[in-house]
Amino acid sequence: MSTNNGNDNKYLDMDLLRFTTAGSVDDGKSTLIGKLLYDSKSIFEDQMEAIEQTSLSSGEDDVNLALLTDGLKAEREQKITIDVAYRYFATPKRKFIIADTPGHIQYTRNMVTGASTAELAVILVDASKGVLTQSKRHAFISSLLQIPHMVVAINKMDLVDYDQDVYDKIVKEFRQFSRKLDVDDITYIPISALKGDNVVEKGDNMPWYKGTTLLHFLENVKVNASHNVIDFRLPVQYVIRPNQNFRGFSGRIASGRIRPGEEIVALPSGISSRVKEVVTADGNLEEAYPGDSVTLTLDDEIDISRGDMIVRKNNRPNIGNEFEAFLCWMNEEELKQNKPYIIRHTSRTTRVFVDQLIYRINVDSLHREDTDTLQLNEIGRARLKTSEPLFFDSYKINQATGSFVIIDPSSNVTVGAGMIRSGSTQSSTHDPKAKTTKRSEENVERGTGNSGEQGLESGERGTGSSDELGAESHPPSRGDGSGKAGSRGVSGDAGKKPISPNVTWEPWNIPREEREKRNGHKATVLWFSGISGAGKSTIARAVEKKLWDRGKQTILLDGDQVRHGLNGDLGFSQEDRTENIRRVGEVARLFFEQGNIVLCSFVSPYREDRKAVRDLFPDSRFVEIHVHCKPETAQNRDPKGLYGKAKKGEIKGLTGYDAPYEESEYATLKLDTDASDLDEIVDSLLEKVLDLTTEG
Amino acid sequence: MAKHTHIKHLEDESIYILREVAAQFDRPALLFSGGKDSIVMVHLAEKAFYPAKIPFPLMHIDTGHNFPETIEFRDQLVERTGVQLIVGSVEESIKKGEVKEETGPEASRNGLQTVTLLETLKKHGTDCAIGGGRRDEEKARAKERCFSHRDIYGQWDPKNQRPELWNLFNGRMNPGEHFRVFPLNNWTEMDVWQYIAKDEIPVPELYFAHKRRVFNRRGIWLAESDDITRYPDEKPVEKTVRFRTIGDSTCTGAVLSEAANLEEVIQEVAAARITERGNRHDDKRSEAAMEDRKREGYF
Repeated sequence: MSTNNGNDNKYLDMDLLRFTTAGSVDDGKSTLIGKLLYDSKSIFEDQMEAIEQTSLSSGEDDVNLALLTDGLKAEREQKITIDVAYRYFATPKRKFIIADTPGHIQYTRNMVTGASTAELAVILVDASKGVLTQSKRHAFISSLLQIPHMVVAINKMDLVDYDQDVYDKIVKEFRQFSRKLDVDDITYIPISALKGDNVVEKGDNMPWYKGTTLLHFLENVKVNASHNVIDFRLPVQYVIRPNQNFRGFSGRIASGRIRPGEEIVALPSGISSRVKEVVTADGNLEEAYPGDSVTLTLDDEIDISRGDMIVRKNNRPNIGNEFEAFLCWMNEEELKQNKPYIIRHTSRTTRVFVDQLIYRINVDSLHREDTDTLQLNEIGRARLKTSEPLFFDSYKINQATGSFVIIDPSSNVTVGAGMIRSGSTQSSTHDPKAKTTKRSEENVERGTGNSGEQGLESGERGTGSSDELGAESHPPSRGDGSGKAGSRGVSGDAGKKPISPNVTWEPWNIPREEREKRNGHKATVLWFSGISGAGKSTIARAVEKKLWDRGKQTILLDGDQVRHGLNGDLGFSQEDRTENIRRVGEVARLFFEQGNIVLCSFVSPYREDRKAVRDLFPDSRFVEIHVHCKPETAQNRDPKGLYGKAKKGEIKGLTGYDAPYEESEYATLKLDTDASDLDEIVDSLLEKVLDLTTEG
Repeated sequence: MAKHTHIKHLEDESIYILREVAAQFDRPALLFSGGKDSIVMVHLAEKAFYPAKIPFPLMHIDTGHNFPETIEFRDQLVERTGVQLIVGSVEESIKKGEVKEETGPEASRNGLQTVTLLETLKKHGTDCAIGGGRRDEEKARAKERCFSHRDIYGQWDPKNQRPELWNLFNGRMNPGEHFRVFPLNNWTEMDVWQYIAKDEIPVPELYFAHKRRVFNRRGIWLAESDDITRYPDEKPVEKTVRFRTIGDSTCTGAVLSEAANLEEVIQEVAAARITERGNRHDDKRSEAAMEDRKREGYF
């Protein structure tokens, strides 16, 4: 790295956001992009002159900023954008690549193309027209392509007198529609691209809008949110062999991380070895990340070629010839079932045919329709069969190993694009643990999806969870040893399965091991404890969702689940609280025996109570996780307003305020939410859990 | 996790594209103009195949009107990397009568290059020409694919391009057709300069401010040269200039500049209010000039 270029360091510090824009023909998309480019000084004088001339000669009053983005002659003549165009601009914070996709009805394929590399979608709605079918279609495609962030820009606010009611109505309507989609993060911004309100500057016309401007949002939204850092996959692209002594396997890391010395397996051969070096021209790496172009050398000489995949031994993708996928058709010539096509998936190319079209999705109504073909711009769900096995994950958890294109061998043209949902039930997966995601992706159609304008942070409940209230209402001084006799009496010391009088213990009809085999993973209990505001629920919820997306059987228990029903008879006396935790432990055990990964999120400040629960499970299957942060941090976060109340004296005995949290005497997993980024905590915990619950 | 800057991201992506080329094509070649973009491509190719040598030749379409510095730089680069060099000569195409030289003050061999390029590709059986084109350079390029298909006449059909999704590139074709691949598609002029500075990549001195005898034609400073006929009122004067692009000397304009090193060039680029190609005389012929030339098989 050069050190004598002090002045340009600020440019080298930027990161990159790729986003896609979509809107109907007259939503003003090109004007918006023109505005972003113009205000970020990415339009040059000569380009400006050229469009000024064109605007004049076509008799327009104002300089038409849309002319900047409508590149091709035919488009300029018809004034329609007909192909994906890529635009570039940068602010001191970030470089942006816009995939500007046409909104015209017959160009769904371009929308899909633009969305395939985007991390964020800007969907334009014309305030004077409301939510049209096309905006819904764009939102649906964005969710199908799993774009992590969506911005609904409600444009032309100037035409509706900047009226908040108009904005609110559109937001409400869009929100209702988006419940059917699988999107976690939607932001609504009222703008006028023409006049500039809320694009770069806020302007004075919409004082009622308290949010950020569009550019500010684009500059600050988290990038790489869709990166999968857990499941290591390196599709081998090219083998580098300059001489007898060097054999390197090159490729771009699709997901996960890798370090020298780690054990790997090559697919399809299944032969294992260890990573010797992670080679780049700038020197060997200590660790490589998703997106890195690297070359791996291995300890053993094994035969690997383009199209193979290097993965970890205990974390393999699906391996199979059959799978189900969403398919978008992109050619005038319709899809023919049972016609041999070519599939390109990662660096692998083989023959494929569509075995069965399950249904077509009407992208306007989102209804399923019976069909035996897909026409240009149609999207459907299909079962495909390949002549050679592919190494794949579901698109939802791994875009790079879940996406493919279909090529017509007679024309060599790319005719379709697909997103894998799951391996087919009859798939020739010879690795039972690799079988995943049977249930993972119903969201797109099932119509229930999380309405999710809330991100990870807002995962904490808005209303106080009754369990936490209970814990906090407990008298601050809990006599050591006193009052726990009851609890121990019930739980029993001797056996891990206390037996009530006159009840004979019968083993489970279907042993847990059988259930685990069917689930493809081990059952485990994760017990999150810690003071209110430490981040227990946020972490537990995020981890559960990721486990679920990977096809794991999960259940999350917290105060709300039990206090209102099962434990509705319990108050907040010391005995009742101990009983509360005891019952939760028993419920967790039932779910555990059913083969679940059980996530329990309870303040549970007393070590004896936690120990009693722990004793119900085999040691290796109970993970006690202490979610920790400084009391000041928790008080600042105060997600439930409890600390505020405690400060006013309205409640007493709040753990972390005027009541202690007792750390366990044995080793627990301690997560410090002060010290680490929440995403990192979630990812590393997920990694541990996957490791723990993997068979073998 | 280490923070990935935009430059690192672009580098990883370009290396990926170059490796795809080597894997998907039998006889690729890297089009080398002597300009900074093609120099950066060679640098990326060296990284992509390290520790092996670049597994394809460089191809230079020589108009015969190059700045001498360009040729000197090219030959040094070839010697250092040990890569094979193919030269296609416009001069020879003219001698063979395949193209007719334009005459007069506006004469340019830039358009003639296309014929020589297609001839050279054919002669060497090249099935993929790696070009340094960037989407930010010009409107018509904004829709260019990374893997861009060309028919047997070398023509580009902008309305009938193959969809290109994710990083799945389709390089399949029929015999006689070829591909143009653009590893720098997503780079901007600024990115290229930042990368040159970061990796300390040597570039010709022409890019830095120097004294040169130039004359002004419709706002563009052209270098005094035996290859250009001047109008009577075009009087050469000595100015401190540098070039933002290096192509055929008859149509590449210089800019008045005091930027004598990389740092100053980057500052100048950051402040620039005119596109790089704004100094390309050949694009000014008509608004759709670039698109028309691309359709015919230009770089």
